[in-house]
Amino acid sequence: MSASGLRQVHLAAHFPGVNNTTVWSDPSSESQIAFSSFRHFAQNAERGFFDYLFLAEGLRVREHKGRVYEADVAGRPNTLAILAAVAAITKNIGLVGTLSSTFNEPYELARQLATLDHLSGGRVGWNVVTTSDAFHGANFRRGAFLDRDDRYRRAAEFLTVAKSLWDSWAPDALVADKASGRFLTPGGVGEVDFHGDHFDVTGRFTLPGSPQRYPVIVQAGDSADGRDFAGEHADVIFSLHSEFADAQAFYADVKGRLPALGRSEDSLKILPAIAFALGDTSAEAEENAREIALAQTSGPTAIAFLERIWGRDLTGYDPDGPLPAIDPDPAGAGITQGRANNSADPKATADAWRARAEAENLSIRELVIALTARHALVGTPSQVADEINRFVQERASDGFVIVGHTNPHGLDEFVDRVVPELQERGVYRESYPEGEPLRRALGVREYA
Amino acid sequence: MTRTLHLAVALDGTGWHPAAWREPTARPDALFTPGYWAALVATAEDAGIDFVTIEDSFALQSAAPGTADDRVDQVRGRLDALLIASYLAPLTSRIGLVPTVTATHTEPFHVATGLQTLDFASEGRAGWRIQVSASTADAALVGRRTVPAIDLEAYRRGEAQEVIQELFDEAGDVVEVVRRLWDSWEDDAIVRDAANGRFLDGSKLHYADFEGRFFSVKGASITPRSPQGQPLVSALAHATIPYELAAQHADVVYITPHSPEHLAEILAEVRDAEERLRPAGRPALLVYADLVVLLENEQADAERALTALDDLAGAPLTSDALVVAGTPSALVERLLDGQRRGLDGFRLRPARLPADLDAIAHDLVPALEAAGVRTPVSPRAARDPRTLREVLGFERPENLFTAATERAPESASSSTEVHA
Repeated sequence: MSASGLRQVHLAAHFPGVNNTTVWSDPSSESQIAFSSFRHFAQNAERGFFDYLFLAEGLRVREHKGRVYEADVAGRPNTLAILAAVAAITKNIGLVGTLSSTFNEPYELARQLATLDHLSGGRVGWNVVTTSDAFHGANFRRGAFLDRDDRYRRAAEFLTVAKSLWDSWAPDALVADKASGRFLTPGGVGEVDFHGDHFDVTGRFTLPGSPQRYPVIVQAGDSADGRDFAGEHADVIFSLHSEFADAQAFYADVKGRLPALGRSEDSLKILPAIAFALGDTSAEAEENAREIALAQTSGPTAIAFLERIWGRDLTGYDPDGPLPAIDPDPAGAGITQGRANNSADPKATADAWRARAEAENLSIRELVIALTARHALVGTPSQVADEINRFVQERASDGFVIVGHTNPHGLDEFVDRVVPELQERGVYRESYPEGEPLRRALGVREYA
Repeated sequence: MTRTLHLAVALDGTGWHPAAWREPTARPDALFTPGYWAALVATAEDAGIDFVTIEDSFALQSAAPGTADDRVDQVRGRLDALLIASYLAPLTSRIGLVPTVTATHTEPFHVATGLQTLDFASEGRAGWRIQVSASTADAALVGRRTVPAIDLEAYRRGEAQEVIQELFDEAGDVVEVVRRLWDSWEDDAIVRDAANGRFLDGSKLHYADFEGRFFSVKGASITPRSPQGQPLVSALAHATIPYELAAQHADVVYITPHSPEHLAEILAEVRDAEERLRPAGRPALLVYADLVVLLENEQADAERALTALDDLAGAPLTSDALVVAGTPSALVERLLDGQRRGLDGFRLRPARLPADLDAIAHDLVPALEAAGVRTPVSPRAARDPRTLREVLGFERPENLFTAATERAPESASSSTEVHA
């Protein structure tokens, strides 16, 4: 809340991901893995005073029909290592990485996150994800071993262990007094001795408390388990609810649970992911949005989208023609590995899609565009700023995770044109306070 | 010019002497800040050092290796080495960055992508000092296995060899799978063929398909092949089993000879292991000797400084590596002698940081340049940086998967399956 009494907008910058949202065929598109792209993307977001940079993670190259999926951008860095490198070339922006609580061990990850918090001066956040399946598990010693129900229990225990490690050095443990020869306060480094259902961790941590003590905890799970986990542990929810009424309902539900948990409404920020398209006029913005959608949905992308439901090869079909008359193959579930959008009832889904395509006279590609169109911010910079501000003032969100469609220049125009509009409305910062940790920038609980 | 003498510096805390943190120029209160590491590496880079290694361990340091101690008079605590190196990557332009990463308690998949990412962020200057964790303290922090307490005396008598062999066999499997993951994307796998809607050519991605006694990893990596293809792999070794690991899997081995005779013995053993175990087609292992160095302009001053530190520590410095307290010019003679006896280079462990690193940079390196075994950093080198492999005279390695289809199929064994 600012002096003006207006609720303040929080923004995160989503590094372009490895699905068809990222248009690699655009002439402005550059390498998705070269460090120069991370440098540009991060420094541009910092120029726009974003709260944090957000990095997704995928632990296996996607496959479709038993082969590497070729139509989308692929190839990404190790989350921790790239955030450490980005910390060196940024000063103020938060650095939030997605890391699995299933395919990591708490001692090692707690130590890596604390290291990042020290290296970045208190700018680190952790998007906790719990996915565990045999496809991803095949890349790890641990393999796939968790029931769906156990994932959040492991994640919660993981955080408990991590926090006990982050708390294990007393605030005055590090003395480093040359004259007396005392490096540590006797008893200042406590021994952690944890034994639970998932972990047994005994010993001493190698790091004093970091600037934030705990990284900002981000959580995206939308299930009942996910919401409970967020209520207890999260500082930010990375939400899928970006349509206004739905977002308002979700916001009320999640924030309504907080008092019973002893938390203030402000202590948990809700940031839906959202795309955008700008123009000098509304009509131009709409036209740009259509062009982006077309570029995101190439012929092969549209066919592959159908194949995930049909469970069979459809490459013989014309993406600009009608939907296949043939029914889905019940044996073809799991045709795509490495992303979660298989349908529970492929036949019913296929029937519904055919009905819609017929009623609206849509080709395969047009149908896929219609199906995947999410609420997006489309308009002039002023209109987009108004819409963002409406969400925040009317409690549909605390801001957004902004998703651009090209790498690394996807948010350049947003920073150039929308950020000044938000600043003019008095709802967005005009500078970063010196040395402010990410927790304070977000206005969530502080521990240091 | 004669053969180049390779030179690396091993960074650890405030230096390798346990009392070094009490030196007037030491900055023990800054150990957990990024600026501390950036300043040290800038000194090393400006001097033209080939690479720095950064020590690490899961467990808190201890004067009794393998188990915890309660001492409060020595440096305790450290940042994760791979992340320090990653932080330093965009701040440097020539020097190699070689973090210590254990193979025992980590996921090979994360190790592989972490080092590939360091290679991208540094544009080809990443390396790995592989470490085997035999300590009960490390194992207890992870909690997934127990490692029997290995008594140092028993180890020296040749006992506990089975446990050690097992840990090194596992580490060997880790390097094997990490190398396969590094090569799991061919260099030209990304095609960006807009006309046909293909970003990737899937036939140029390969499963690692590793199944061993200790773990299995399917692959491919999520990270494309990095600038060096294969970041540099190095290992510290003191005995037969680690020599064998290095001979089979590493590019550089650090050894700890204590006399010319000892050096000759070790070199013979390393070369023998290489003959038996080194994969065909891989360039010869580079052999570096580790030295703990304390440098002053007068021999007597160096000896006095060491004695003063020993007094502060309450015991004379002991180390696996030879401790050399002396003048830069005497050290030059020692290094040249080592080179004549068959060493490719040295990894110097400064007893005091930054003092002995400064002496290496400002006195030792210029003397080595004057002796003709090192080339001064030229302005051109600053504009046209080379990869770490290039600096050490290695070619960019051929991809294991494409090499296997063109040459001997057994060289990559089960990993030759094309992903199609």
